[in-house]
Order: sequence, then C-alpha cells, then structure tokens
Amino acid sequence: MMNLDSLLQGLGLAVVAAPALLLAVLGISSLIGLKLHERVVGRLTQAGGLLGAASALAILVLMLIYDRPHVAVEVGNWAAIPAQNFHFHIKFDFNWLTLPFALLSFILIGTIGAFANFYMHREAGYRRFFLLYAIFLLGMVVASLAGTIETLFTGWELVGLSSALLVAFFHERTAPVRNGLRVWSIYRIADAAFLIGALALHHLAGGGDFELIMGAGPWPHSPTAISPTHALVVGLLLLVAAAGKSALVPFSGWLPRAMEGPTPSSAVFYGALSVHLGAFLLLRISPLLEISWLLSAAVISLGLLTAIYGALCARVQTDVKSALAFAALTQVGIIVVEIGMGLRYLALAHIIGHACLRTLQLLRAPSLLQDYRALENAIGSHLSMPEGNRQRWLPERLRLWLWRFGTDRGNLDNWLNDVVVQPFLWIFQSCDRLERRWTDWLTGKPSRESDQVVPRVEAYELTIIDEADLAALTPDASSRTWQIQPESETTYLAQ
Amino acid sequence: MMDFAFPWTLSAILMPLVGMIWLCVRRSPLTAQRDCLVFTALTLALAVGAWLEFISRPTLAADSHWDWSRHVLDGAWLGIDEFSAPLFPMAALLYLLTVVTTLRTKSRRFSFAGALASEAVLLATLGCQHPVGVGTLLILGALWPLWELRRRGQPTRVYRLHLGLFAGLLVAGGLVLMFDRPENGHSLWGVGLLSVAVLIRSGIFPFHCWVTDLFEHASFGLAILFITPMLGAYAAVRLVMPIAPELALRVIILMSLGTAVYAAAMAIIQTDVRRFFCFLLLSHSALVMVGLDVATPVALAGALCVWLSVGLSLAGLGLTLRALEARTGRLSLADYHGLYHRVPMLAAFFVLAGLASVGFPGTFGFIGNELLIDGVVQAYPLVGVAVVVAATFNGIAIMRTYFRIFTAVHYTATVSLQGRLPERFAVLTLSGLILGGGLYPQPGISSRYHAAMELIRTRDASLGAVDPSDRVLAAEQHAPLAE
Repeated sequence: MMNLDSLLQGLGLAVVAAPALLLAVLGISSLIGLKLHERVVGRLTQAGGLLGAASALAILVLMLIYDRPHVAVEVGNWAAIPAQNFHFHIKFDFNWLTLPFALLSFILIGTIGAFANFYMHREAGYRRFFLLYAIFLLGMVVASLAGTIETLFTGWELVGLSSALLVAFFHERTAPVRNGLRVWSIYRIADAAFLIGALALHHLAGGGDFELIMGAGPWPHSPTAISPTHALVVGLLLLVAAAGKSALVPFSGWLPRAMEGPTPSSAVFYGALSVHLGAFLLLRISPLLEISWLLSAAVISLGLLTAIYGALCARVQTDVKSALAFAALTQVGIIVVEIGMGLRYLALAHIIGHACLRTLQLLRAPSLLQDYRALENAIGSHLSMPEGNRQRWLPERLRLWLWRFGTDRGNLDNWLNDVVVQPFLWIFQSCDRLERRWTDWLTGKPSRESDQVVPRVEAYELTIIDEADLAALTPDASSRTWQIQPESETTYLAQ
Repeated sequence: MMDFAFPWTLSAILMPLVGMIWLCVRRSPLTAQRDCLVFTALTLALAVGAWLEFISRPTLAADSHWDWSRHVLDGAWLGIDEFSAPLFPMAALLYLLTVVTTLRTKSRRFSFAGALASEAVLLATLGCQHPVGVGTLLILGALWPLWELRRRGQPTRVYRLHLGLFAGLLVAGGLVLMFDRPENGHSLWGVGLLSVAVLIRSGIFPFHCWVTDLFEHASFGLAILFITPMLGAYAAVRLVMPIAPELALRVIILMSLGTAVYAAAMAIIQTDVRRFFCFLLLSHSALVMVGLDVATPVALAGALCVWLSVGLSLAGLGLTLRALEARTGRLSLADYHGLYHRVPMLAAFFVLAGLASVGFPGTFGFIGNELLIDGVVQAYPLVGVAVVVAATFNGIAIMRTYFRIFTAVHYTATVSLQGRLPERFAVLTLSGLILGGGLYPQPGISSRYHAAMELIRTRDASLGAVDPSDRVLAAEQHAPLAE
C-alpha cells in the first residue's frame, strides 16, 4: 500500500502543480515583456489542463478501485511559527465532494480553453485572457481541493481577481470597467466575510484543517465538534461570503453585469463554475448546517429568494446572455435550497449537470440567431411563443408589476446604491470637504494643488448626466453612444 | 581567533553624506543623477552587507572589537538589531529605485543632494537604538521636506505646524522622562507627550493633514521617500513601546484603527492620484501601528512583516504613479486615462504591487496580513474585524484607481510612453521581491518573529512588571491550540 500512497501523493501534487506551472510560465513571460506566440500559449494551456485533468482522473480511478473514500495530500507548512502554534498549512483533500468538483473544473475550463483559442484568435488581449484564465484555473483547483480553510481562501481570492479582471476584459470601453469594479467590490465584501469566518473557525476548532473543523468522517457524514451557537455565527459569515460569490440576493446584480466579459469567460466563470463556488463552500461546511437549524433555515430562505428573483428576471430579459445569467441564478438558488435541506449529493449532482448545461448554452449564445434562422427555415415559418395558461391566472395588475420588477431587476443594484454606496460617499466626501476647510484655514489660502487638475472631459466615451440616467445604464446598453458631458463625482462612484 | 568586522552600518550611513558633498562640490546638474545613482547603489551594497553580517554573525556584529566605529560612537547609539536589520537595506533600496526611475526631464526639479542627505539621516535613524539619538534624527530628518517646499515656493504652514508640534512634544516628552525618578516608574506625562508626537509623525487621525498636504505640494519623489519608510511606526517601536503602559497602547490602537478604516475609505473617494496614494499609505501605516501596539508575539510579528511588504509594494506603487505622472502630468481620478496600451508593464505592476499591499495570496504581504489579523483577533476580536474592513476598502480603492488610470479609453500620445530600461529594472526588482517573499515567506516570518520577541522582551524588561520569560510563556499559552 506504500506504493499506492506515494502514487496518490504524486498524482495529487500534479493536479495542483499543472495549473500552477501554467500560471508561472504565462505570468513571468508577461511580466518580463516576452510575447509568447498564440500557438505556444494554446499548447501550454492544453498541456496544463490535460495534465491536471488526467492526474485527477487517475486519482478517481484509484480511489474507486481501492475503495478509498478520502485521500489527503500533505504539502506542508507554507509558513509557521511553531512556538505560537501558527501554521499556514497547505493540504489538499480528495473526496467525493472535492474530486468531482475539481474534475468538473478541469473539464469545463479545458473545453473553454480550446474554444477560446479560436474565439480569441488575433484578439489584442489574447495573452491577457489566457493569463487570467490560468489564474482562474489555479484558483478553482485550489479552492476545490483545499484541505484547510486557509487554502480554500487562497483559491477563492484567485478566482475573485481573475473574474473581476475578465469582466473588465474589453477595457477600452467604460461599461465593462464599471462592471468589473462592481464585481470586484462585491467580491471583496464576500472575501472579508470569508476571512473573518475562517479565522473564527480556526480559533474555535484550534486549526484550519477541515478534518478538525468539520470532523474526520467521510463527507457528508462527518460530525463537527463546534457548538450550534458558534456554528450559526460562523455559518452566517460564510453564507455572506457564499452569497457574494454565487450572486445570491441581495448581491445578484453583479451577475448580469459580469456578462460584459468575452463569451468564453462568461460561460465558464459565471454560467458554470464561479457562480457555483458559493454553493460549493456551503457544501464544504455542510456539517455546520447539520447542527444549526437556524443556519439551515437562513440558507433555505436565501436560496428560495434567489430562485424566485432569478426566475422573475430571467423571463423578461431581452438579450440572451442576461437571460442565461438569471436562469443560472434560479438554478443556483435551488441548489442552495437543496443544501439547506440536507440533500448534499443531489446538490452536487445538480451543480455538475447545471454547470455543463450552462456552458453549452453560453457557448452557443453568440450563434443563437443563426440557430433560430436555421430552425425557422426548416419548419418554414416563424417560431411562435404561445402564452402559457398559468399566466392567465394572474391578475393583469400583478402581471404588470412582476414584469416591471423583472425588467428593473428588482432594483437590487439601486437599493444597494441607496443603502450602502450613497451614504458611504456622502459621509466621506463630507469628511474630505472638512479636511479641505481645515487645511485652507491653516494655510490661509486654497491649499489643494490637485483642485487645479482638470479632468480630461474630451476623452469621455460614456458619461452619465444625472441620476435619472443611472437607472437606464445596463450592461446591454453599453454599446450605445451617449452624449459627452462632465460626470459628477457622486454618480460615477455610485456605478 | 580575532573577530574582524567591517563597519558596514557606519559606512552605509556615511556613503550618502560623501555623495552629497561630492554633488555639492561638482554642482553639475547634467551628471548629478548619474553620480547620485552611484552613491545610492554603493549605499545599498553597504546596507545589504550590514544586514548579511547581522544574519550570519549577529554576536560579532554586536560585540566586535575591530569595528572602529564602536570606539568613536557608543555601541548603544549605532548598530542594527533584529528589528531594524531588514529595514536598513529596504530604505537604501527605496532611495536607489527612486533615483533610478527619475526621468531626465525631472532631474532639475528633484534635489539629488538633498535626497542623499536625507538618506544618510534615514539610515542613521534606522541604525540608531538610543532613544535620544532616534528622537534627534527624527527631528533632523523632518527638515529636508521643509527646505524643499521652501525652495520650490510652496506653502509650508501646515507642515511646519504639525512637524513643529511633533518636535516640540518629542523634546518635551524626552525631557520629562529624562528628569523623572526611575523608582516611580515612567512619568505618564512624558509617555503621553511622546505618544502624541509619534501619532503626529505617523499621520494618525486627526493629525494626518500634514501628510496629504506634503503630497499636494512636494515633489512626488520626495513625498514617497519621506513617508514610505514609516518612521512614525519606527518611533513608536523605539520610543513609546518600551515604556508605554497598556492604557496608552490601547489608545494608540484605537486611534490607529480608526485611521486605518478612515484613510482606506477616503482612498476610495479621492479624485487625485497623489491623494489616493497618500491615504492608502496612511491606512497601511496605521494598520502596522495597530499590530505593533497590540504587542502580542503573533500580532507584532505580523505587523513587522506587513511593514516590510507594504514598504516594498507601496514604494513600487508610488514609483509607478510617479513614472506615469512624469509622462502625463498630474493624474485626475475623476476621469479615465486609458494608459494600459501605452504602458502595459506599469499597468501589470500596478496591480501586482497594489494587491501585494493588501495581502493578496502569493505576494509578500499575504502571510504577514494573515499573521496580523490572526494576532489582533486573538487579542481584540472586534479590532480584527475592523482590520479586515480596512483591508477590504484598500482593495477596492486600488482596483478603482487601476481602472481609472489604465482603462476605459485610448490614451492618445505622439511619442512612445513605454517604460525605460531603468524603470523596467525597478519593476522587475520589486516584482521579484514581492513574489519571492510571497512564495517563500518562511525566512521573513522567522526573522520578524524573532524581532517581535526581542521587542517584547525589551518592553517587559523596561517596564519591569513581569519577568520576560513569564510574559513569553503567557503569550504561548494564550496562543491557539496546535493544528
């Protein structure tokens, strides 16, 4: 059995090392200004993905043959202060939850890599795309297989960074950049909740190892030693983190915005994998849900709310990517409900099936009109959209209200702006004004040289004139040309 | 066996002074940058030598009879210790990179002789352990920006008021402590005066306006060189930490914490790139102060790690912004500039350095931030939450600024704005340090932990309240259980 253990350790390391090496090569070449040929980048990406996927598959086969439900790959301490019992421990777990998710990541990201190799051909940002792709792949693999909560956080952060930069991939336009910043801001809030929750778990359990935190039994039947009250507090923090990452209510507004990125990244990141990472986190901490019914109730409520919200919005979207985004949100909401109800394997199967379906749909999205045309040519008439019977049961007024709700996307973004962003800006802009008065008084004359710096108004591509236009700015409207006007500070920050 | 030690520390301090005299004698603006570059490079080599000698032969470095500088100056006055050893070469590197990346078009505005003089004072401050020496050098070091502001005809009142108050409080606190009776313990008045002086020098709210004012009026290079080494935190470690009672430390923690969150939030709303950088720096230096004053081994080690990582990453960020400003003029964050296509390397480095400063995984700051937050949460859980909030705001501010400067439009220019060879050297050097320190953090962590323990021992010995070994033991018992 010693040989089998060594083999599993080697394969386990290869699963993580392959994307890490890919990132190292692409990152270093980018930093030193070495422009790798497209073909080289494509081959490296294929090799990294294939090596990692093959190693993960081999581990799965060996686990099935030798009936090993759990394989732990110890890498060691990244950093440690033994006298203070501080260890940043790196360990990867291969079990019936993590391995399918890692394999799913490899398969979908590999497929998207092959697709993007053609889709992004001769695009100005080809190398940048694949660099971000490599960061995302490494982040997903590390997050999927993490054996400690710190390692999971590392992967989680990598996924967040690559996602935000991919949303802003077409960075010569304003709308993708604004949306990228929005996504990044939501992710940072989620990361903060995750970090606090992770530290709390670390202290409660005496370490960051999932075996310590969630119990040593095979997933999902491992009992945790944490008390129900602590589980509720920590679980709520991690639920906020999951809500941010999986675009659950009230953070759902970033998901359609994220569709500003290139189609391959939209497919793999928001339709397939990134949007499921929050649900995966909830599955990973499912023993906490077992011992706190309040936490389970919160998870179910949030999932249900998200599913209803997603379903209402998806029905009224006028562009295919937004419709798919909200449809994905509906399914993620249902998956979260399943997790809250304790249906762990069902949720895992749902994630895998849903991720594959959405990837296919999003990849087909750019040629949807072509498909429809082919379909209509084949049947010899236009496709009709008959009104369903269910809709007739609803009163006209309610239907209109629901339609408005869906079209406005529940005004979730505006609500967040009103409740969080605007007060934040008001407070700190007031502080800034007070500081200006104070230094002006001390100096005896205007004290800020920076006030004389004039914004480059002529370079504006898109400008919002007032609050009324704020509501009209949707990702779908980004390609329109708007009047060039100076932009108020409050308005642009709110975006 | 005779022990011989080259006087690395003293030579590193004297080298920039020699350089300053050389530049003053030659008075040639055409060769000033090149000459300054040679002297700062030699200073860095000597500073690295001092550091390496400390690592390899710490006992010899402390006790060598062959180090003639120790015959001239008392050993307690001059010499690096575990705490200051890595700060010494880092400060020298900061000066070298600033001089390297100064564009020729700006070389007449930037005072190279003044920079060399300030480097000598900075290194002397970092190489001095005696409180009187540290205080004197801190006051002396504050004169360079004042001289530069006056030379450029800029308003100095805000700077003079704050730094004058700082100097006055420092002297007053020092005098009170010198003349109080040791058997009664340290005078609370003396500690209080010193603490306020340190808060002013660190730019802690509400004493921070001189820092923003300096960034407004001084050259960007000078402001970076004066603020990035975080001498306020250094003053806290050397002057306040050893003698301050718990209450004083708690007040400093609360004020620093407020500053960390406030400055991070202010960084998000700024419409000028210099003010953004200034608030970012203030927030990070306040976070370091929080960790220093929590004064548990883990928090202190974390703060010292963050000090190094923030020093390197924010120096890189500042130099990047300075390089951009030299090309485009003062950058407003009220609009987009779209510089990515013109300077992709600087754009990539901006993201790397910015994320390193907030402790992104794989960068130098990651483990340090983890240690800092972990240590602070152990001592004061709510303070730990606020530290995370500050880091979150800082992360948002950095990416917002990245998008504002580098994206959304096409920057039109008639000449190439690509990074020059010296700038590439600076970028690659700092990137190597940021990523190298992030991927292989253990030596840095161990070194900072030993420095933290040394500082705790010094504090315990100075207060005399508990036996140092008991304190260390107690800290270990309060640490979380082993994994």
